[in-house]
Amino acid sequence: MASILEVKDLVKKYGNFTAVKGITFDIKEGEIFSLLGPNGAGKTTTISCLSTLYTPTSGDATVCGHSVTHEPMAVRNAIGVVPQDLALYEDLTARENLAFWGQMYGLSGKVLNTHIDEVLEQIGLTDKAKQRVKTYSGGMKRRVNIGVGLLHKPRLLFMDEPTVGIDPQSRRAILDSVKELNRNGMTVLYTTHYMEEAQELSHRVGIIDHGELIALGTQAELTKQVGETDTLILHVGEAEDPQPLADALKNIPGVTRADVTDHEVTIITPSAEELLAPAVTHANSMGIKIHSIDIREPNLEAVFLHLTGRALRD
Amino acid sequence: MRKFLLIALKDLKLSFRDTAALLMMLAAPFALTLGMGAVTGRFSGSSSTGLSDIPVILINQDGGELGNALVEMFSSADLADLIEPSTGTDPVDARAKVDADEAATVILIPAGFTNSIIPVQGSLPGDPVQIEIYSNPTRPNSVGVVKTILEQFLSQVEVGRIGGQVAVTELLTSGLITPDQAAAVGQSVGQSQANDTTSSIAIRQVTASGEEVKFDVLAYIAPGMALMFLMFTVTYGGRSLLVEQAAGTLPRLLVSPTTGSQILAGKIFGIFLTGVAQLLILIGGTTLMFQLNWGNPLPVILMVLASVLGATGWGVLLTALLKTPGQAGAIGSAVMLIFGILGGSFTNMQLLPAPIQFISRITPNYWGLQGFTTLAAGGKFNGIVTPLLWLLGMFLVLFIIGAALFSQRGLGKK
Repeated sequence: MASILEVKDLVKKYGNFTAVKGITFDIKEGEIFSLLGPNGAGKTTTISCLSTLYTPTSGDATVCGHSVTHEPMAVRNAIGVVPQDLALYEDLTARENLAFWGQMYGLSGKVLNTHIDEVLEQIGLTDKAKQRVKTYSGGMKRRVNIGVGLLHKPRLLFMDEPTVGIDPQSRRAILDSVKELNRNGMTVLYTTHYMEEAQELSHRVGIIDHGELIALGTQAELTKQVGETDTLILHVGEAEDPQPLADALKNIPGVTRADVTDHEVTIITPSAEELLAPAVTHANSMGIKIHSIDIREPNLEAVFLHLTGRALRD
Repeated sequence: MRKFLLIALKDLKLSFRDTAALLMMLAAPFALTLGMGAVTGRFSGSSSTGLSDIPVILINQDGGELGNALVEMFSSADLADLIEPSTGTDPVDARAKVDADEAATVILIPAGFTNSIIPVQGSLPGDPVQIEIYSNPTRPNSVGVVKTILEQFLSQVEVGRIGGQVAVTELLTSGLITPDQAAAVGQSVGQSQANDTTSSIAIRQVTASGEEVKFDVLAYIAPGMALMFLMFTVTYGGRSLLVEQAAGTLPRLLVSPTTGSQILAGKIFGIFLTGVAQLLILIGGTTLMFQLNWGNPLPVILMVLASVLGATGWGVLLTALLKTPGQAGAIGSAVMLIFGILGGSFTNMQLLPAPIQFISRITPNYWGLQGFTTLAAGGKFNGIVTPLLWLLGMFLVLFIIGAALFSQRGLGKK
């Protein structure tokens, strides 16, 4: 399959701070590609460079064969952008917003109206299209925000953390709509710090941390990096210090690594079931009360932990 | 439709959907015009000039020809509608009446006033004396009118004094009178000039065709207020660029196939359209509500366009210099007030010190007011050429500086 986006050695610096450190990846036409990483990892800066908002310090990227640094207008015509924060005119109605943004993408007349009707249907706001956006709930605003990005039917859609700060129902609707768009042939670059979203949506995932792409591949390829391992999570009380327990557990046979996050000890192990009893015994002997225990199959969270030693939400 | 126009129309729509902005753009200038009109007696119905029956207390301690002439002039039929004179003898009592807002001014003509200008035969002129005006600060327009009348009188007296000196010198040089006769002739010429002052001072304004125009004080107040709040509109419009930056719509525009120059042109044109709409609504409103005659419609429209252009230039410059919507809001309000004061929105420019009058030329308020009052007084296009050129030049200079700053800053791009 041909690449619709190719990123090569992309670097973005702000003074002495390097936000993106030479990342390289590509996205095939028809894919949903997720950039997964914690807050501040460089996801938004990357999307801003790819959407021509920021000029890369070095390196380049091509969208549909057009360079983001040399042919920004051609790139802008090919992409749709759904920014992380709402970017709408709250004193305009949803229809007026869509009409304005559609005109900015060169749509007009009957085509514009048809596209607006389709998008309103898609985001489920046909009956509320004449209400000013400021009267909408947060979830409805998010849907309009996405609708603006879809209006001109771009070949490649950039979605920058579109589910941040919304209710579970709206989040579900957005994830379903992303899948639906992809089924209809749209290629999507999706950034998130929610492992579950990346797992649910993506054909391939790039894990980004401190501006570096530390892993790239399908979910199967990525989880293979951590081997046939489970993740065992011991939740301790808020008054407890879990660090001594983690240090102690590192010395038990079968523990690949043990890390502390908030009031949890996260243990990577080939068999969580076999480790369960000795882990609880150690906790009891140290006087640390365990409130609950989770056992997880290999997932992207484990991959991130394996690669960085930190949980994704850190 | 061109994108810059779409952006401008969107901004126009947003401005008129913002209740707070509407209050400042339309309600506030209407209310202030109404209030100041009421203070000046414009709505009392007693006079078509707006200012009428200004209570003036005259204390004539001079008793000479010039002192009497001054009192007679304020009591003349020409000024009967405008001035309501009364005479007094006690300065303290008269000042108390001004303090109690029972009078607009006290004019104290000191003893020796006439003698300081026209010497008694056989003697030298007395020491210079000064006419004292004690003014009521709550009636700036009334005080301004009285001062103007008084200045015209004194100017006429000065003309008479110099005329007398020249005439006597000429007569002496040509040998038509002897040095002994010089004092008597000088006194005679001076008295003659003094007696002429009444007829030379009359407030009568005519159009080029000779038609009499009665100046409406509202024709000064209404444009003054409109121009002051026009500065709010342009700073509000400029602020919208910073608001869009903060709200994310500017970055979104920048990743659409729209160039930075189209966006900037759209925002500036949006400011211009909003300002024009504001002034036209205010002009239409004051015409309908207060029967205010703004003058010949075509030159008035030219003045509207030029005033908004001049103000837009300032809006562009301020927006280019400021970084956050908060800064723009605070500094925009300050600029609106300062320009309002400097530009003559609150007081007669002639009452301000000369340096302030000079500085006021940088404000669109000053030139706008010059143009609008000229037209309201019956002036034609040729009377507003200077304000038009100044306002246009103001826009061009400020726009070029603002555009250069924006070019350095690069809108929202990094």
